[in-house]
Parts: sequence; C-alpha cells; structure tokens
Amino acid sequence: MAKFKKKAAVKQDIPTSSMPDVVFMLLFFFMVTTQLRETSINVKQQLPQATQLKKLARKSLVAYLYIGEPKKTDEWGKEPKIQVNDVFIEPKDVIQWVNQEKAKLNEFERDQMTVSMKVDSDAKRGIIADVETELRKANARLILYSSLARKAEN
Amino acid sequence: MPRPVPEIPNASMADIAFLLLTFFLVTTNVANDKGLSIQLPPPPEALPQDLEIKIQERNLFKIQINSFDNILVEGDPYSGTMTELTSRIKKFVMNYKSDPESSDTPKDAIVSFKTDRGTSHKKFVGVLDACQAAYNEIYSERAGVTVKRWLELSSDLGDPDNRKLYDIGRGRLPEGGVEIPMNISIAEPTKVGGK
Repeated sequence: MAKFKKKAAVKQDIPTSSMPDVVFMLLFFFMVTTQLRETSINVKQQLPQATQLKKLARKSLVAYLYIGEPKKTDEWGKEPKIQVNDVFIEPKDVIQWVNQEKAKLNEFERDQMTVSMKVDSDAKRGIIADVETELRKANARLILYSSLARKAEN
Repeated sequence: MPRPVPEIPNASMADIAFLLLTFFLVTTNVANDKGLSIQLPPPPEALPQDLEIKIQERNLFKIQINSFDNILVEGDPYSGTMTELTSRIKKFVMNYKSDPESSDTPKDAIVSFKTDRGTSHKKFVGVLDACQAAYNEIYSERAGVTVKRWLELSSDLGDPDNRKLYDIGRGRLPEGGVEIPMNISIAEPTKVGGK
C-alpha cells in the first residue's frame, strides 16, 4: 500500500498568475466583435438552411426585414407578420419603409441597397410575395433570403 | 520618513474581468448575414404593356410547388433529392442542342420556378438553393475553382483577381452580356391553396 502514496510528491498546481491576462485577452476579443442589437425581434426566427450562401459585402447598405409568426401569439395572433425596426407593418407600408432606409444612405449608393429578408421557415410564400411586389414598386430589387449553412447532401 | 506605497488589490481583478467577459459572451451575436441573393424584376408598370416574349418549350425547365410542398418538375411529380435536381438542371442548361427536347444554348435556357401562396419558405429556399447550386457548379468548373471559393469570390467583386475569375466563370462576352446567365425566373405565386 505504501507504494501508492509516493505520487503525492509531484506538484499539481496550475499557475494562476497568468489567468487575468488570459481572461482579459478573451474579454477584449468579445468586446471588439460584439455588436449590440438595436432592435428586438418579435417574430419567430427559425431560418431555413441552404448551401449556396453569399455574404453581404457592405453592412451599411443592408436593410433588415423580418417575417414570421409573432412571439406573443395571444396578442398578435398566429399569422406571420412583417417586422421592420421595432414595429409590425402591413405589406402596403413597405414602400414607405424602403424610402426611409434609402434616405439614410448616400445618394450614389441608394440603388445598391440590399434588403435582407429574415424569414421563418414556416412562413408561407404568400406574404413574402406580397412584400416582394412592394419592393419591386419601391425599386429595392436586391434581395437576400437569409439562410443558415447546411452541409451538402451526400 | 518613507511613505507607505499605495497598492491596488489585484486578487479580484480576475473576477471583475470574468464578470465583464460573461456579459460580452452573453450579449454577443455573431453576425449572420449570409443567404441566397437574387434580384427581383422591375415592377410590372415599368414594362411595356404589349410586351410579348415567345419562349420555346424546350428552353424552359419548369419547377412548380403546390401548397402541400409537393414538387412538379417538367410536369411530373418529383420525389428525388435536391442534389439530383441540381444535376438535372445542370444537364438542361449545358445541353447545347445535343438533346432536341432540351435547351438550345445556356443563354436561352430558363429555369422557371413557380410556387403557390401556401408553399412554405423552407421548401422555396431549398429548391432555389438547388437551382443556384446548378449554376454555381457550372461557373466554378469553368473558372477552375471550388464551389465554395466561387461563392466567396462572387461576394467580393471589388478585387480585380476575383472579377477576372468571375468573368471567366460566367463567360463574359466582349459585346456585353454573359454566355451563361443565371436565368432563374421566380413567378408570382398562384392562389390555389393557402391564403
């Protein structure tokens, strides 16, 4: 039995003096990469999956539009709704919203504005098509159907 | 008389840093701005009223989805995988008159994609993904890069090297236009089912 006691002689402490440095490094990383969300999303957002994903080159030229079933179903019902900024809108208000978003950009960049459509998987094409019709009228014709990456099928 | 040197206790520094770290870990959301990009057609009012375009049946590859998410490809019910659909579209686009029932040239070939108002967005994105995959595979083979690289470079055309590969892949013609345009037509949904 005495044989087993010997290994206690090995020093087992983890050096903790460098821990604050490590933690600070992580802290700075997250501080730099974090971006506080300006709007809280009030619709369900289970994005569909796709493989042919493209990145948006310039964040400043992107306007976000969310479609999905409202999270507070007792207040807003179960039908998918359109959310921009912090409010629900109807398809007919889309033109007005596009013009507001375009006004924020420089004049020469306005036709490059992309609308990122964050649509829930379970939403139906009907409401999306209504929005698209309005976007065509508003001349905001670059669209991105926001999706998550999926591994290619085998 | 020597003054006592003021000292800040630094034992709690790690705790403070951990607290801040936890805060940023929780609030951070890695920007997810990826997706399928398309360009919508101009509004119907902007087009000439008497515009009539005649397209040969063989130059059209028709995909329809109903409100139950059932797919119809070229008029027949389809139950295969999306990968198979991608290779069928590829074959259709790159036909070059070898099959008289299929497209004449890639330029004439059109993938027509029609949904119903009741079709789910999930299915729509899945099929649109398969259509774009077909074109992106053709482009990347021509440019001699992987599909992944192709998607990266087509997202960043400011770089002259990317631009060059992009033009090779799509076959840019000197008189303007491209040899293999991505002709995916998304028709307005029907109102048979759903709301």
